[in-house]
Amino acid sequence: MLNKLIFANLGHRPVRTLLSVLAIAVEVTMILTLVGVSYGTLDGTAQRARGVGADIWFRPPGSSAIGLSSAPMSDKIPALLMQEPHVTFAMGTMVQPLSGFDSITGLDLDDFKRLNGGFHYLQGGPLVSDNDIIVDEYYAKQKNLHVGDTVNLINHDWKVAGIFESGKLARIAVKLSMLQTLTGNPGHLSQIYIKVDDPNKAQAVVDAMRVKYHGYQIYTMEEFTSMLSISNVGMLKSFIGVVIGVAVIVGFIVVFMAMYTAVLERTREIGILKAVGGSSALILNILFRETLLLALLGSVLGIVLTYGTQWLMKHAVPASLVQETVYGWWPISTAIAVVGALLGAIVPGAKAVKQDVTEALSYE
Amino acid sequence: MSSEPVIIEVQGLTKTYQVGDVEVHALRGVDLEIRKGEFVAIIGASGSGKSTLFHILGGLTPTTSGTVKINGRDLGGMTAAERTDLRKTTVGFVFQKYNLLPTLTAEDNIRIVQYIGGRNTVFDAGFREVLGLLGIADRLKHKPRALSGGQQQRVAIARGIVNSPAILLADEPTGNLDSENSAAVLRLMKDLNQRLGQTILMITHDSDAAAYADRIVRMKDGRIV
Repeated sequence: MLNKLIFANLGHRPVRTLLSVLAIAVEVTMILTLVGVSYGTLDGTAQRARGVGADIWFRPPGSSAIGLSSAPMSDKIPALLMQEPHVTFAMGTMVQPLSGFDSITGLDLDDFKRLNGGFHYLQGGPLVSDNDIIVDEYYAKQKNLHVGDTVNLINHDWKVAGIFESGKLARIAVKLSMLQTLTGNPGHLSQIYIKVDDPNKAQAVVDAMRVKYHGYQIYTMEEFTSMLSISNVGMLKSFIGVVIGVAVIVGFIVVFMAMYTAVLERTREIGILKAVGGSSALILNILFRETLLLALLGSVLGIVLTYGTQWLMKHAVPASLVQETVYGWWPISTAIAVVGALLGAIVPGAKAVKQDVTEALSYE
Repeated sequence: MSSEPVIIEVQGLTKTYQVGDVEVHALRGVDLEIRKGEFVAIIGASGSGKSTLFHILGGLTPTTSGTVKINGRDLGGMTAAERTDLRKTTVGFVFQKYNLLPTLTAEDNIRIVQYIGGRNTVFDAGFREVLGLLGIADRLKHKPRALSGGQQQRVAIARGIVNSPAILLADEPTGNLDSENSAAVLRLMKDLNQRLGQTILMITHDSDAAAYADRIVRMKDGRIV
């Protein structure tokens, strides 16, 4: 019976109900999209890192797993590392961040081929001249690039020589020496990928290198890819925390406004319910159930809308932003929406409970 | 003197409202007894205190002093929650403005009172007969806005008695109705009183309406005269 009243109440003001549901849906979509992009970006990075085919990842001192904005290592280090026990090959690359989430990687294609067999080209072929650039299929789609096109990056015009299958190292690659020169880092590297004779010995090699190359960030690829999680990226974790905070506040305000208006508008109805014996608990029960229903409907719509943002990213910026569907966050985002909404219903609920019956009954 | 038990017992009832710095004495020592099965009309002009008495007897407003017993339960010193329970179990209401929930159908307006009263929300044969008597059996699926004033008031009467309260309190039940509907509603109330033995206390300023009652009590300046 109570549910009937709740559905009737929500149906009585369809526009307000729809707006409340929509606002909560946006809140949920905001959370799920951010989390999905975080997971997608990190998983994409991990996947491309695994695609390199190396066993060990070697980074300069003071660098982080995610930040690839510096090139403070000498390009003589790979040669040194190749003299270490069990190391069969070492390849250095340089990474220069571009706008947004994009970056350009400088590499030696022969070294890269030796490490993993090289790129598989869908169109065109490898880097030949210094001004050549190769991009993966997603970046090509995002920027509508074709072999022979010219693209300007880091204030330099590059000619697209090839479009390769995604999944190895980078989305955009140029010759290492060219990138070093253009960025004013001649003879410097951002990272080194190391191959060992037996992958089972990778950890032992890393342990030995950590002693010898004190301060350098050295990980097995397995370690590195497992580090690519939200909980290991402080900035991302904080960012998600902030977005969740904002989402809770948005949910709170939306439901507060909706319920406060509803309580004011339904002063007489609340008075009637009280007059016929409805307790304060019953009044609160009705309001909180209505709120819960709004939050749940908003959450479901929010989840559906997340597929919309996913589609949008896949078609508009497939290389820059990859959004995964993170099912584990569905109940979390729903819980966040419910908490925000219930918080927003507390004050209107208290107002409804405090209403004097005789005054409420004479309310016009 | 009827041998029926006393349902409402009021002794020395006063009610004073504080309006700013001014004390308004709405009731100034009311004594009243109503027995089970009686149909009593309280008549008086505006400001006579009849609505205040209605609100107190219905447990909607606390007393200032005096004794009020409804079906043996003393309202003096009752908490808000206890008065809520009184309204749920002992008293039924009919208001001048019907006060039906606009979002529910007539049927659900009645059922929700059953629900609040902790009753089964199914109408039994006896109550269906009452609905027939009230002439609203075929209007139950309609929302209040689709009903005439007279029909809405009949739904309100059905709602008022669905939980078989000890007393049905009616506040100007014909105040918003034309003379034809007023007469019909009053006849129905009289019928319910006679057929079901429903105790009714009706507040009115209309002497024609009051004439339907078994007994008329007049109020003036917060006292029974």
